[in-house]
Amino acid sequence: MKILVTAKRVPDPEQKVKVQGDAIDLSGMNFVVNPFDEYAVEAALRLKESSGAVDEIVVLTIGSKDVTQQLRSCLAMGADRGILVEGDDDSLDSEQTARIIKAVYERESPDLLLMGKQAVDGDNNQVAQLVAGKLDLPQACFAGQLELEGDASAITVGREIDGGMEFKKVPLPSVVTVDLRIVMPTAVKTAGSKDNQEYAEGPRYASLKGIMQAKKKKIDEISVGDLGVELEQWVKTTSVETPPSRSAGIKVESVDELVDKLQNEAKVL
Amino acid sequence: MSQPFTEEHELFRKTVRSFAEKELLPNVDQWEEDELFPDEVFKRAGELGILGAHYPEEHGGGGGDYWFSVAKAEELVRGGSAGVTMGLLVQSDMATPCISDLGSKEQIEEFLKPALAGERIAALGVSEPDAGSDVAGIRTTARRVGDDYIVNGAKTYITNGTRCGFVTLLCKTDPDAGYGGISILLVPSDLPGFTVAKKLKKLGNHASDTAELHLEDVKVPARYLLGQEGQGFYYLMQNFQTERLIAAVSATAGAKLTLDRSVAYGRDRMAFGKPIIKREVWQHRFVDLYTLNEAARALSYDAVSDYNRERYELGREQLSFDVVRKISMAKLFVGDMADRVADECLQFHGGMGYMDECFISRVWRDQRLLRIGGGTSEVMKYLIAKTMGF
Ligand SMILES: Cc1cc2nc3c(=O)[nH]c(=O)nc-3n(C[C@H](O)[C@H](O)[C@H](O)COP(=O)(O)OP(=O)(O)OC[C@H]3O[C@@H](n4cnc5c(N)ncnc54)[C@H](O)[C@@H]3O)c2cc1C
Repeated sequence: MKILVTAKRVPDPEQKVKVQGDAIDLSGMNFVVNPFDEYAVEAALRLKESSGAVDEIVVLTIGSKDVTQQLRSCLAMGADRGILVEGDDDSLDSEQTARIIKAVYERESPDLLLMGKQAVDGDNNQVAQLVAGKLDLPQACFAGQLELEGDASAITVGREIDGGMEFKKVPLPSVVTVDLRIVMPTAVKTAGSKDNQEYAEGPRYASLKGIMQAKKKKIDEISVGDLGVELEQWVKTTSVETPPSRSAGIKVESVDELVDKLQNEAKVL
Repeated sequence: MSQPFTEEHELFRKTVRSFAEKELLPNVDQWEEDELFPDEVFKRAGELGILGAHYPEEHGGGGGDYWFSVAKAEELVRGGSAGVTMGLLVQSDMATPCISDLGSKEQIEEFLKPALAGERIAALGVSEPDAGSDVAGIRTTARRVGDDYIVNGAKTYITNGTRCGFVTLLCKTDPDAGYGGISILLVPSDLPGFTVAKKLKKLGNHASDTAELHLEDVKVPARYLLGQEGQGFYYLMQNFQTERLIAAVSATAGAKLTLDRSVAYGRDRMAFGKPIIKREVWQHRFVDLYTLNEAARALSYDAVSDYNRERYELGREQLSFDVVRKISMAKLFVGDMADRVADECLQFHGGMGYMDECFISRVWRDQRLLRIGGGTSEVMKYLIAKTMGF
């Protein structure tokens, strides 16, 4: 079985974003792997380790050559091979991204396309659904739990809903996106999991051994042209603005005054 | 000097930083109070490759150069406890380098590999109640009887000593021969006659355990002799170099963190109507301290660079006097720099700085060790003067 995981590079969410003119200023920004994609890599690794049914985990990213660094960090975590589709990752919209992923899917024909539920830069939460639609594959989004069948013919996806968990079994191949809870200690199970098997919470850190091995792992570089994908822009950014800065708070003397201010000044009542 | 860190170094740095911030920092207050951090921390550090970063792969290491260890030491300080850092660095850079350099196949398998994996805790046994700086004055003896050495003596101030699996032990195999009568034995702590006499209470580095060890007629198999008999003093002098280098790098990074955190405090703390960092007096003091810190890093990096070249690029076993001198200078300089940083930053915090709840009081206690451990500042000067042929 082969798992294809997508990984996007995003500006480190712990940094302050600067707006320059009509766009976000990315110069001097530190980049990291989109956290949800890192969780997808972790989930894929857990599936591989406990099932013995996964032969290869391939990580796909789209971006400039610089993005190799983030790809390499996924390989250092333990993924087997990388694919870099060269393109401008900052200007791609969800549709374009989905087209590229579809083309790579068709080249690789994996049994499972595992993705983060969204990228924390644009927060679009669209790509996986678009890809599933284009490929006419079953989709199961926001997985908080995964359980792989013994014969790898299907995967059960647990999704958090109001008041509990909902479980859906989807046949493979299919498209699955993961949510934050997928990196909880017992979130990923396979027929090979031991009863008391627990992982440390969170995506694993690359060990030095993993980092050294990652140096030797293959990264295929493909251009959008090679994939034969047409990329007209569907979504155009017209402007970017920071939210207005908050003015200082005030102390009110009475409830009446508060109600009055909420009604007449803030106009929220 | 050009930027020494590659993409692999940076990835490793990220791993160590996550480890320090997520697995050490939330626990260190408890460990400081317990006066011990758990054995599992060694295991986890081993798993991540932190202990063996610059050791060859066939010794259970990561196969990297010394800059990997620099990255490791710089990030570990984010764990917020110099005691934990010291315990780990004794395991990785103080009790073990000579085993990698000189160890037999069996010694590598039995001692080094499990140590770098964090499964067997290592201690370095040099100092004694009656001999510290003057290493040749040690009194612990090892008498050859058949296939064994019979070891008698005491060691003190031994880091990791209360729970180590073995000690890299300096002893006299020929008590009359001075420097030339010293050897290194690898001594398992479960041998009869080996006892932890005392767990020592100390000024700082509370999370690290420090012990006095007694050895009474301990029968150590002769195959645990490291390298050749009578060469121990010279081996130890080589071994000291990474110990001092890593201490310098670690303390420089720690001081930088202390400065940054102190300045952040000073932006919020108001006195006479404005944040204390807005006082020119303090601004100038911080400028001086940051400058000293930069200079310390430059000197340490320069020493690492020289060390890295001789050990990894030229493959030399014996370091040149030039490198030994520079490493000693780095340790000396960093000791003074870290002292000033800690003291002035404590002052900057006022009464808060004197409270246990404030990080700076721990820093202030802990950093004092730097001018003593691994060779005192006076001994550094003594060594430097010697290599200069005054
Ligand atoms: C927390 C801690 C952890 C330690 N961990 C270990 C460990 O794991 N393993 C280990 O073996 N040791 C360890 N040590 C011991 C440490 O290495 C020694 O304390 C240090 O080398 C100094 O030796 P000493 O204490 O015997 O001081 P002394 O040698 O008695 O020195 C006393 C004073 O005399 C000065 N002096 C000595 N010689 C000269 C000279 N030639 N010229 C001028 N002044 C001189 C010294 O600088 C010092 O100021 C540790 C110490 C501490 C405090």
